[in-house]
This record gives sequence, C-alpha cells and structure tokens, in this order.
Amino acid sequence: MSVEVPTSHRFPDNARAALADATLQRGLASAKLGFRVRRSEAAARLPEFETLRDEARDIKNHVLAHLDLYLEAFEQRVTERGGHVHWAGDAAAARDIVLAICRAAGARTVTKGKSMISEEIGLNAFLEQNGVEPVETDLGEYIIQLRGEAPSHIIAPAFHVPKAEVAETFQKHHKSLDPARPLEQPRQLLEEARAMLRDRFFAADVGITGANFLIAETGATVIVTNEGNGDLTQTLPRVHIVLASLEKVVPTLEDTSTILRLLARSATGQEFTSYTTFSTGPRRGEDLDGPQEFHVVLLDNGRSDLIGTELQEVLRCIRCGACMNHCPVFGVIGGHAYGWVYPGPIGAVLSPSLIGIEEAHHLPSASTFCGRCESVCPMRIPLPGLMRHLREREYGRGIPPAAQRWGLRAWAFLAKRPRLYRLATALPVRLLGLVGRRRGAFRRLPLAGGWTAERDLPAPQGPTFQALWNRAGGRRERPR
Amino acid sequence: MSGTPRDAVLGALRRATGRDANMAEAAAAVRTRLAAHARNTIPARGLRETQGLLELFTEQARGVDASVAIVDDFGAVPGAVADYLRGENLPTRLRMAPDPRLDACPWDDAPTLEITRGKGEAEDVVALTGAFAGVAETGTLMLISGPDSPTTLNFLPDAHIVVLNAADLVGCYEDGWDRLRATGRMPRSVNFITGPSRSADIEQTLQLGAHGPRWLHIVVVAGGAATKDPGDG
Ligand code: SF4
Repeated sequence: MSVEVPTSHRFPDNARAALADATLQRGLASAKLGFRVRRSEAAARLPEFETLRDEARDIKNHVLAHLDLYLEAFEQRVTERGGHVHWAGDAAAARDIVLAICRAAGARTVTKGKSMISEEIGLNAFLEQNGVEPVETDLGEYIIQLRGEAPSHIIAPAFHVPKAEVAETFQKHHKSLDPARPLEQPRQLLEEARAMLRDRFFAADVGITGANFLIAETGATVIVTNEGNGDLTQTLPRVHIVLASLEKVVPTLEDTSTILRLLARSATGQEFTSYTTFSTGPRRGEDLDGPQEFHVVLLDNGRSDLIGTELQEVLRCIRCGACMNHCPVFGVIGGHAYGWVYPGPIGAVLSPSLIGIEEAHHLPSASTFCGRCESVCPMRIPLPGLMRHLREREYGRGIPPAAQRWGLRAWAFLAKRPRLYRLATALPVRLLGLVGRRRGAFRRLPLAGGWTAERDLPAPQGPTFQALWNRAGGRRERPR
Repeated sequence: MSGTPRDAVLGALRRATGRDANMAEAAAAVRTRLAAHARNTIPARGLRETQGLLELFTEQARGVDASVAIVDDFGAVPGAVADYLRGENLPTRLRMAPDPRLDACPWDDAPTLEITRGKGEAEDVVALTGAFAGVAETGTLMLISGPDSPTTLNFLPDAHIVVLNAADLVGCYEDGWDRLRATGRMPRSVNFITGPSRSADIEQTLQLGAHGPRWLHIVVVAGGAATKDPGDG
C-alpha cells in the first residue's frame, strides 16, 4: 500500500505527469486558494501572531538543544502514569514494535487516526502482511486507503480525489449497500463513511494515532483533529498506541499552548481545531472508558543525525502544511510527484535526510526560491536556505547528477597526477564511502569502473587523502 | 554504539549536543523549565479575568458553529435542554454523564426527557455532560475524563450538550491548565472541544458531523458570572 518504496528519484517524470493531469490541476487550483486566504485571515485576526512565531521557534530550538533530556523526562512521566515507551531506531524497528503489541493484544483489526509517522514507516502494508487489518478512520485517509493510494498533502490527504471518484470508490468497496443509492453530494459520501466506520471503531482491538506533541512536563501525547476520528480511535479499543518521532517533544503545557495557537491558524485558518486531545497513560481505575494499555513508540529514523547540523532547524516543523499550500511548485504538481510521504518544501528538506540524498536528490531543486514557504512557516524554518544547503551538499558529496560532474573533475585531477591513481584505485571503497554513504551512488561514478590493476604505480605520496578530498571540493559529514 | 535502541538514540543525541561537557548545566535548565510553567505571550483577547469573558466565549463558540444558551441557574438547565432538543427536532432520549452537578438539576421539570446515565454507547444520539472549564479565547470547552465525565460521551453521539458553569470560564488555555494543576490530578484525557466535528476532506467542502457530533450545544449557567470569581484574583 502506497509509500514505503519512494519514487522521488523519478521526480521530473512524476512532475510532468502531474502537469498533464487535468483533474489534479483543477483540484490544486481551488485548494491552494482557499488555504491561502484562510490562513492570512486567521493570522490577521491575531495581532500577536508574529510574536508567537518567534516564541515557538525559540521553544523548539531550546528543545532540540536538550532533546535527550526532554525525551527522558517525557518517558519518565509516561511510565509513572502506567504507560510504556518504546524506542525505535528506524522504520523496521518501529513496525516490529507495533506488530508485537498488536499480537500481544490478539488484535485482528486496528483503527488508525491520521499519522504521518505511520506513512513514513509503511505501517499499513506491514500489518496487512502479518494478518492484522489496519483501518484508516480520517475521512481523507479512509478514501485513499480504499483506493490504494498515498496521501497527496499532509493535512488534506485526499484532496486530489474529486467527489465523483470518491463515489466510485465507495460503490466498489461498500458492497453491502444498495448500488442505486444517491452519492452525488459530499454530505452523502460523508454520512456513508461515518456509518461504515462506526462498526470498525467498536470492533478494533487496538487504536493507533500519531501525536502532534509529546509533553515532557506531564507525559501527555497530543492529537489535533477536526473529525473526532482520532478520539474514537484512541478511546474505544483496549490498547492505544501512539506513533511519534523524537522531535515532537515540548517542555510544558504552556509551551504546547503557544504552538497550538499557531498550528490551526497556519494549517486551515481555523482559530482552533475542533478537537485537541491530551492523553496521559491508560484509563484510571475508576474511569468508565478509555484504553487499558497506553504505548508510545518513539521513532528516530535519521533525525538524531540532524541534531547539531545545519539541517537541525527542519526538526522544528509541526506539519501544518502551510509551506506546501503557498508553494508555487507544489501548487502545480501536487503531492504525489514528490514521490514520498512528505511533499512540498518541508519534504524537499526532510526527505533527503530520511530516505537519502540519492533517492531524493531532485527535491531540493524543486523550488523557485521565491521564499513564500519561509514567510508563512509558523516555526520560522528557513526552508529555501536549507534547500540551497542541500543542493550544495549534494554537489559536494558527488551525488548524481552532480556525481558525474564531480567524478569527471576528480578523474581529471587524478589523471594529471599518476601517483595518485594508485591511491584512488587502492581505496575505491573508502573514497566512495565518503562520496555517498548510501548505496546507489557508487555505480554512477567513473572511478567505480575500476582502474586496471596492471598499472604499476609508485607508492602514494603527496597530499593526504583528506587534503585531496578537500581540494576536490568534498565535504565530510558529521562523524557518526 | 551501546546495546538498546534507547541507548543508541540518547547516545547519538548526547554526542551531537556535546552533553558530556555540559550535562549539569543542561539538566538544570531542563528541570527549571519543567517546574516553572512559565507563560509565553498570551493574546490580549485571552487576558480578561471576569469582565467580558462570557461575551467573548459566546461569540467565539458561535463562530465555530456551536450554539449557546444562557440560563440563570442550574434549576433552568432541564428546561433549556428540552427546548433545544425540540427546536432541533432531536430525540428526547439522552445519555447523561454521572456528574453530581447534573444530577442535582430538577429533571422532573422536563418530563419529556428520557435520561440514562453512563458512558457513551453506539446507539446514543444525544449526550449531556458538564465541563471542567470554558476558554473564552477561542470558545473552547475543556473536559477532563473521570468517572463523572466519560470521554466516549464527547464523541459518539450526534448531538453533544454541555452544561458549563460561567464561574468556570477562563480567558486562555493557560488559565485552564492552572486550574487543572490546582486539582492535583492529571486525567487520562483532557479534551479541548471547539465547535462540532467537521471535515473538508471531500473537495474542500466543509461539513459538520464527520465522526463526532454534528451538533454542539452549550448551556451556560450564568449565575456566578456577575460576581468576580475569587479564584481569578
Ligand atoms: S515546514 Fe513550516 S510551514 Fe511547512 S509544514 Fe512544517 S511547520 Fe508547517
């Protein structure tokens, strides 16, 4: 199902296809206008909006500088309240943890609130393969799950699907219903989805949600939804699993409140989202409802590598979607063209860090550098600057297509210095390891063809390997 | 790399932040921040204490498609609930939270209402609950889970009627948090509810009543609103 295999490397083809898709173009045109107007009106209604943006940025910068300590504090609070915290280094580890909890609960079906982390780790396909049926309950997610598609926007996952196609999809999948029923109106479609999902909510053994925030002060996880699906998901089943990435932690309820004042206004232009829910541990002894088990899965998946680098700032993101709503590139190609979970400017910066620059190398260039994303980002993430940085780094690391350029330059450099041939050929793996630490880059390098072994060259002399590397315009990553 | 994934993640974070060299200082900074509950900027509109709270709350709640009725005292609640259900053509069977404040209302005054108490069930059309607080800033209700306020009542029914004591109105979310801290308990769920359930997932057309209630009706008991709440200083 969908996204665990990225297609970001095909970005130019994806984008061309999107431009030729008339239905998509109509949807994009109407959606972006609505989002932009509503956001700017909401910001204008709150005189303190710009001040809050500064404060929110500072809160997150403080958190990122103390991330280890806030995570420990959060974990301690969750545990004190009777919950469990699970740490996952990568997507596979997170999937295994979720499956193990589902198995222990004897779960046949799980309901799901909208979670980008679930998309990031490809959870649905994995659960299905292992005999657990995942049921998306956010209306947009439900529609695209039935269609076997990936979300095309982080807050409006099905905005690429016109209502006539939603009706077709429901006809095809809701076989128990009268085929002649009217399904032209959005209201009819909504009512049908609501009715179909009601039973699923009650039947589920486990409910899985994401988290917009993790609060270190209290051990609460926070979800923000308009539909109320997330609340049914996490209240009715016996087990509640929260999927969250490390950087979601914030210090206090006050800090959370500040960022919440920005989230809905930036995302949908609402003053506040309908339902903002703070969940702390399982149900208390005297409670009449709520889950009996509460689990939080903390996912790293490459994020800790960003701490202390120029890209750290991207971890302030609260996934509001404003950057894509205001992006002229997203505005004409939509979300699927980006080829992975996070589209738009935030995806252009985040994806290369999570799925590798080889896969995502086109994305930082998918920009006009107009600066609108930065001007609306509630967390003041300098997105164009980070994209520029990635482009430079891509060049520096010699990833295609820059790899070819760098490779030829290095070849020229080495070819003029015969003694260095030997060095370069004797250490191809190390050289290539520096060029690109993920597989895929190697094959494209001219040097990888191998310099023939019969060349008899003197022992290495001259510049050190590192100096050679530096002169070739290379850069090192932060040691891991 | 040490053993557990937890150690690996925390180890990577500590190396990246040079924690070895600054642990004492950093840990103190975090401890202080977590204990202080310092407020950031609160929008001016949320800074009022008593004056104008009810007006702002009502305006904001109506702005997000909730309806608001204001009654003088708890004695008038049953009549207001019955009136509302009749006006909206909703059933008069309702599931009520086992909340002592609601139990104390004179339900015999509204004989048309058929009341059962308990958590939310699949067949419920109308639910009636109290509220811990109302936040005027955005017309937001703050409900906390407990034996007297089961969370399922907030989400399962088609119509959710909330009885809010005007003395429980606060200006901003932060005031709500301080009140919660003052109770000394942290419930499983704190629900901030701002208008009824909605979705714009089909062609960006806003519709009320996605998975949660389509109707959110707030009955404000104004009794105490005229006198300044001593808790607000
Ligand atoms: S980068 Fe900024 S604007 Fe984009 S989703 Fe994240 S917080 Fe929102």
